[in-house]
Amino acid sequence: MKKFNTADIPKTERIGRLIEDLFAKMPEIEADRALLITESYKKTENEPIVMRRAKAFAHILENIPIIIRDNELIVGSSTQSPRSCQCYPEFSFEWLEAELDTVEKRAADPFYISEETKAALRSVFPYWKGKTTSDLATAYMAPEAITSVEHNMFTPGNYFYNGVGHFTVKYWDVIDLGLEGVKKQVTDELALMNVYDEDYTTKHTLLNAMLISIDAVINYARRYAVLAMDMAKECADPARKRELLEIAKNCANVPEHPASNFYEACQSFWFIQQVIQLESSGHSISPGRFDQYMYPLYKKGIYDGTLTREFAQELLDCIWIKFNDLNKCRDAASAEGFAGYSLFQNLCAGGQTIDGRDAVNDLSFLCIQASMHTLLPAPSFSVRIWNGTPNEFMLKCAELTRTGIGLPAYYNDEVIIPTLMSRGVSLEDARNYSIIGCVEPQAMGRTHGWHDAAFFNMCRPLELVFSNGYDKGVKVGPQTGEVADMTSFDEFLAAYKAQSDYQVQMMVNANNAIDVAHRERAPLPFVASLVDDCIKTGKTMEEGGAHYNFTGPQGFGIANMTDALYAIKKLVFEEKKYTLSDFKEALALNYGHGLTPKAAREATNEVVKNVLAEGRQVDETMIAGVFKMFIEGVCSDEQKARFEQMRKDIDAVAKYGNDIEEVDLFARETAYIYTKELNKYKNPRGGIFQAGLYPVSANVPLGEQTGATPDGRLANTPVADGVGPRGGYDIDGPTAAANSVARLDHAMASNGTLYNQKFHPSALAGIEGLQKFVYYIRGYFDQKGMHMQFNVVDRKTLLDAQTNPEKYKSLVVRVAGYSALFTTLSRSLQDDIIARTEQTF
Amino acid sequence: MDYLKARGRIFDIQRYSIHDGPGIRTIVFLKGCPLRCRWCCNPEGQEWKEHDMLIGGSLKHYGEDISVEELMPRLIRDEFYFIRSGGGITLSGGECLHQPDFAPHILHASHDLGYNTCIETTGYQSWNIIERYLPHLDYVLMDIKHMNSSKHKAFTGVANELIRENALKFAQSGVDLTIRVPVIPTFNNTPEEIADIAGFAASLPGVRQLHLLPYHRLGQGKYDGLGREYTMRDIEPMTHEYMEMLLETAKRSGLDCRIGG
Repeated sequence: MKKFNTADIPKTERIGRLIEDLFAKMPEIEADRALLITESYKKTENEPIVMRRAKAFAHILENIPIIIRDNELIVGSSTQSPRSCQCYPEFSFEWLEAELDTVEKRAADPFYISEETKAALRSVFPYWKGKTTSDLATAYMAPEAITSVEHNMFTPGNYFYNGVGHFTVKYWDVIDLGLEGVKKQVTDELALMNVYDEDYTTKHTLLNAMLISIDAVINYARRYAVLAMDMAKECADPARKRELLEIAKNCANVPEHPASNFYEACQSFWFIQQVIQLESSGHSISPGRFDQYMYPLYKKGIYDGTLTREFAQELLDCIWIKFNDLNKCRDAASAEGFAGYSLFQNLCAGGQTIDGRDAVNDLSFLCIQASMHTLLPAPSFSVRIWNGTPNEFMLKCAELTRTGIGLPAYYNDEVIIPTLMSRGVSLEDARNYSIIGCVEPQAMGRTHGWHDAAFFNMCRPLELVFSNGYDKGVKVGPQTGEVADMTSFDEFLAAYKAQSDYQVQMMVNANNAIDVAHRERAPLPFVASLVDDCIKTGKTMEEGGAHYNFTGPQGFGIANMTDALYAIKKLVFEEKKYTLSDFKEALALNYGHGLTPKAAREATNEVVKNVLAEGRQVDETMIAGVFKMFIEGVCSDEQKARFEQMRKDIDAVAKYGNDIEEVDLFARETAYIYTKELNKYKNPRGGIFQAGLYPVSANVPLGEQTGATPDGRLANTPVADGVGPRGGYDIDGPTAAANSVARLDHAMASNGTLYNQKFHPSALAGIEGLQKFVYYIRGYFDQKGMHMQFNVVDRKTLLDAQTNPEKYKSLVVRVAGYSALFTTLSRSLQDDIIARTEQTF
Repeated sequence: MDYLKARGRIFDIQRYSIHDGPGIRTIVFLKGCPLRCRWCCNPEGQEWKEHDMLIGGSLKHYGEDISVEELMPRLIRDEFYFIRSGGGITLSGGECLHQPDFAPHILHASHDLGYNTCIETTGYQSWNIIERYLPHLDYVLMDIKHMNSSKHKAFTGVANELIRENALKFAQSGVDLTIRVPVIPTFNNTPEEIADIAGFAASLPGVRQLHLLPYHRLGQGKYDGLGREYTMRDIEPMTHEYMEMLLETAKRSGLDCRIGG
């Protein structure tokens, strides 16, 4: 007999219609929130900031237009238009002001904006000048840290421009106790206070701000109840009328009161998820272990016969679609790094209970089914795997992987739980971790993790070694000496470490400056009421009120730095084929290659600017000449030939990703240079810094800011993805690559690691294929790998690989007794493979 | 002699093989084959002698003499996956039955480590030599390419009587046996020919599965790289629908039949 009810549930027609409506038009920017918060702020100039925030939140929730979309069962939308966004000028607005006329046409994540909205936003922006978190952060930042930011050593832009987000609140408190129960926690705490307590002023104010915020959310839900009732009155379709009356009933009861059934729990959950994202623009507001806290009412409904699996599935599908209704407009540069309108609302299933038993339940399977039904990018769906995870669950996950949607992401409890404990998290809290944002584990409902705090480009400090601390004529790092004078690899490596350490210190300064700016200008009283121990301590999360506090900036480029440092060790200091000066010359001249068109354009603009600044004339011919020089390179044929040979010699050196222990352990040490150093520093909330190793999609735009590297990588080209090997340099198949990646010390990167892989669907064909795929994940996790995520390539991808082979150099296709790298096959054979790809399932 | 010291000649090792026996496997390709199948997708394995082949624009050497104890560390690397999946080592080629002083010892050493063992074979060898493989052999993937001996000889270079005899002996030995059919247009891809083979496979005691491996021309670049003529150049792969039709034909034998391994 089977332990779980896993029978497939068909998708209802409603789900298809909801998705169709959601994508009917392009996302739009709306101005209501910006107008309302400005109105409120103007009236509260002299009040404590938490009180101002609470009143503004209440003003927004009371007045923002609300809407119930056709076919919806779960309601609550932040915008009138689907998949659209509000504006958050209290964090930053200058970029939006500058982009008002271009945001509709930009390449990454464009947004429609009406002239009326533009005018409304232009009317409020002047109020915010000098009042934003980013203004204050800049004021707090050390000048040398600003220099490092300007030179792209690291990118703390995420929280510099936006809210922080990146937490899981106690949805379960709202579902089980209702907001009235949360209010009671607050009033109980207030009752214990005396006016002479040393923290009375701040704590008393915060607790009252919480009460205002909570009431605001209750009233917001009531507005939906009234709207649903009004719509029901007008509704001619009796079926929809019944649904609207049900919605009205739900919204009248939750989130104020405890949810009395599964449907109400879903509605209660959604209101919380949505309004948090009206309080601030922080992204990665992650639902966490949804299959755990939603299960009691699911089980109750199924057992007492008031809920069917089919209806529960439809409700989940509706919620899954709602996640995609929320959106956020980022500045053009950030939009490239987070392309795909993603909000990283990470929802988690599986894993262990707090007492260490398997946590998979029937609802875990419905979550997988919801992702299969909707096939949308949100929620980011994660599954926790431990040694005792049922095979049946993993097979179902593999089925979802096989759809090619890139979900779920697989996480290894056996690494993450002890890792969190090593950072001071209790055993129970560690077992109850959820995934935030992209890949970041945290003790849910109790943590302000500040994950995703910055991208640290591990390649840039190596550039500084070759330039003795200078970038574009400006000193941005310590002077570690001329490379020509370095006589041993240890000396060279010490210089890299010195450059890296310095930039880590600058990043800590920048992060802490931003941290304090959020504390002073954008505390979140509503969120504070739903995260342990803010009520008890009387501190907002931004003040360090959460039980656990971290700052987690992520390093990227580990594969490039491993291959680069290893090539130098071998070619310069062991084989003595080249000198460091040879490398310096080759890197400065980009191995004889011209720049990418984009980089060449920027370099040309720079030259033109300088020439104009000197008061000289420029003309079209001169600009064309300069551009030609940048795009073709400035080397003689002799130099080009020499550099080409050098790149061949570099390519011949062993590479990370091929299960070569010596190289992989070298990678482990290289990662330590970042992870161990970062771990020494503290943030203003009383927590420590912890490293992540992942670039999201920033390896492409941030690679554009990176010069040539000694691994043979050309300037301005992408840096390697995640902790995986460089594209095309892992030539021994997926097990070899996974073994290499597993040799990194993932436990030191407690803010998360990310290992993306591409698979041809033949690897997952049939039940046997799924099972072998599951074993593959198991084999990687047995070796203490932390995270795995898969792109199963489809016909479209293979066609893309034919056009852009450089992006797919490692893609292996396998048929019985034969395997090949796809891009090395001739065109007609590739066509054969593409034809086979369509018939594998 | 210590079996770990036994030496032989290989030309490739392929990890993460999932279509060549149970679980996740590493395939060792042994060099040299007595057959010359016209469609062979691994022609670099046919000759016993070592040589170069032009691949992806550069010359690569094929053929490496190695002892069992030197080979095993290269196979151990995927142990985590073998143990999880019940997989292990598959010997392929070339023809692994033609290195009897080497191949059985790889199987032995693999069994020492708890790995499942498998051979992919043409079955073309004297039975008294094949018997040396059996003590440490869990699974056999054996080709039956054609039931007509003269047509078999025309396309592979050898007659099929010995192969048919050995198929029966493998089946009687109790080893887990699966029959594979490379389905090749102009050679054996009529429903009648497939039905004949399937009928024969079904007559073997204990055989449950039949795999139809559709012809592909992925090996054709290798013939260019070896400076050899590829005589199947004009043959197009079959459509999926056609393979499905052959599959239905094969299923009438009562065996569990599938397309691909």
